Amino acid sequence: MHRFHSISVVISLFVFWLVLSGYFTPFLVTVGLVSSVLVVLFAHRMSVIDREGHPLELRAGVWSYWPWLVVEIVKSAWTVSKLIVHPRLPISPTMMRVKMSQTSAVGQVMYANSITLTPGTISVAIEGDEILVHALTQAGAEDLAGGEMDRRVSACEARA
Amino acid sequence: MSAAIDILSMILMGAGGVFCVIGAFGVLRMPGFYTRMHAASVIDTLGASLIIVGLLLQSGFTLASGKLLILWLLIFFCSPTASHSLANAAHRRGVTPWQPDQGAKSSSKN
Amino acid sequence: MMYAVVVGALLVSLCLLLVRALLGPTVFDRALAGNAVGTVAMLLLAIFQFVSGRPEFVDLALVYGLLNIVGTIAVQKFFRYGDLGEPGVADEEHRL
Repeated sequence: MHRFHSISVVISLFVFWLVLSGYFTPFLVTVGLVSSVLVVLFAHRMSVIDREGHPLELRAGVWSYWPWLVVEIVKSAWTVSKLIVHPRLPISPTMMRVKMSQTSAVGQVMYANSITLTPGTISVAIEGDEILVHALTQAGAEDLAGGEMDRRVSACEARA
Repeated sequence: MSAAIDILSMILMGAGGVFCVIGAFGVLRMPGFYTRMHAASVIDTLGASLIIVGLLLQSGFTLASGKLLILWLLIFFCSPTASHSLANAAHRRGVTPWQPDQGAKSSSKN
Repeated sequence: MMYAVVVGALLVSLCLLLVRALLGPTVFDRALAGNAVGTVAMLLLAIFQFVSGRPEFVDLALVYGLLNIVGTIAVQKFFRYGDLGEPGVADEEHRL
């Protein structure tokens, strides 16, 4: 375990403490810092803290991936909303398998969660290197099968 | 200036409320379990985000906005996890996806 | 006043979701509706902070969100395996 990684976990926990507590007296800030350090120390001894719980190595990639994902979410949410209020409900639900090219577990989770987060597609199950996806419309399924999201997640993973 | 922010945040929150109603209406209207999940994810993503951004504009740079940001992150990381686990459980229990030619009564296995 | 519209819209969606939770037909539909009700309630609590001027409500919203996730996953697990999982017994199954 790298020292840099542990320090980053301590800082995240400390910021979380500060935001939740809202008191900035010296005593309480010290208590918060000490308890963050202690939590990370104990977690090390129990070896429950690992790369997956705090995937610091993704920090370079997500800043280009998240804005794109937000735009995708807004676009597909708008499409799904139009489908819902459409009088004839023109949906064509499809189940399909999508290849994923990610190698690490974190990258695969990121891809599956991105699929679920976008309205109109849901990852139902993961089988080997394929994701079983339920799409609300044929067009959405073809969009996903085009593989742009897969490429972008892989690029984000590769920048680690 | 503050009036402009007020109006902007009101528009954002209003739009968020509209999307929440649309999503809930979709959950009620859609046929079959998996198609309902798509409608529910509209509430989780666009509805929740718009309302939280509107509230962030209202609160300005305070501790409350930090908590709202944590709430936003919580929704964004945990709602797809919950949706996926529900879909996976339904898939394991053999809930079949609704098909257009099956008519209104389907996916009621269980 | 300006919050009244949003709160009204959220209450309407709450009612629609409750109807779906009552109609079913499968248990997963009800769990899905329950999850969405939790999200909407979380948003209501976050707004109520500004309506009542008491900042504690956003903490309630956070706790409600966490409980919502845990509750949904517990329900999902129960209806998938029939119990809440015994560690070591169905380990391969859990791992997918």
